[in-house]
Amino acid sequence: MNQAWINAIVGGSIIATSASLMLLYNGRVVGISGILNGAFSAVRKKNTWRLYFIAGLFSGGLLLNFLSPEVFTDSLPASIFADYCLIVFSGLLVGFGTVLGSGCTSGHGICGISRMSTRSILATAIFVAAGIATVSCLRFFGVVR
Amino acid sequence: MKSKNIAIISFISGVLFALGLGIAGMTQPQKIIAFLDVFGAWDPSLVFVMLSGIGIHFIAYRLIRKRQSPIFSTEWHVPTKTEITPALIVGAIIFGIGWGLGGFCPGPAVVALASFKAKPFVFVFSMLLGMFLFHLVDSKLKIRK
Repeated sequence: MNQAWINAIVGGSIIATSASLMLLYNGRVVGISGILNGAFSAVRKKNTWRLYFIAGLFSGGLLLNFLSPEVFTDSLPASIFADYCLIVFSGLLVGFGTVLGSGCTSGHGICGISRMSTRSILATAIFVAAGIATVSCLRFFGVVR
Repeated sequence: MKSKNIAIISFISGVLFALGLGIAGMTQPQKIIAFLDVFGAWDPSLVFVMLSGIGIHFIAYRLIRKRQSPIFSTEWHVPTKTEITPALIVGAIIFGIGWGLGGFCPGPAVVALASFKAKPFVFVFSMLLGMFLFHLVDSKLKIRK
């Protein structure tokens, strides 16, 4: 077993611990897109747990950046204007798609499949397939190196 | 103070989630692309994030849901929808395409803000804009319900 696989298993276990804590204490599902989407109205509705979760995510990021900044290695090109156009376009799709589809990799992928939700299992199969199709197209047209 | 307890758990859950994503390799867009590149230079390591994350949370979910209610709340706030809607399917497709193009899903992108690189900021801003655009379209067309 190589190191990347071990890291993946350890990381997945910590993610599961986070999701289980949230469920046991707050009775909620950890779905990042839903939390971000709901954060817009959090102050108005006095439902601030989402803001604390996002603050935790960012703080965890700071800790990672301090202890092992190599986890933020990004070898994809982000130099010329066209690269940033692609990033903006992918961000728009991820934002729009996750709200329309009620979830992302965390809410559908981890929490939903663990609940054996048919909606989440289907959604995960579809977004992984769409991701594979997209990367394969990029490879076909020579964009992926 | 219940709301204070909920805030503390949300924060801790966020920190853990970020650490899990970082350790697992999910904050490196090139690893996501390699995971989706099944017909090219496939890197299967992220399969293990799903396997351990779902495996552990699957068991924890069942144990936790034996309780009458969560510890800091009188009721569960777990999704109850079961209907397979066009919105779920189309949303998952759009998200999957965006995921394959940029290599970021919502959680890792927010965590990567803590690296203070330009790319995650551009991505997260675009993603929030995508969510905003969804609500703009949805307020006219009511596509999600």
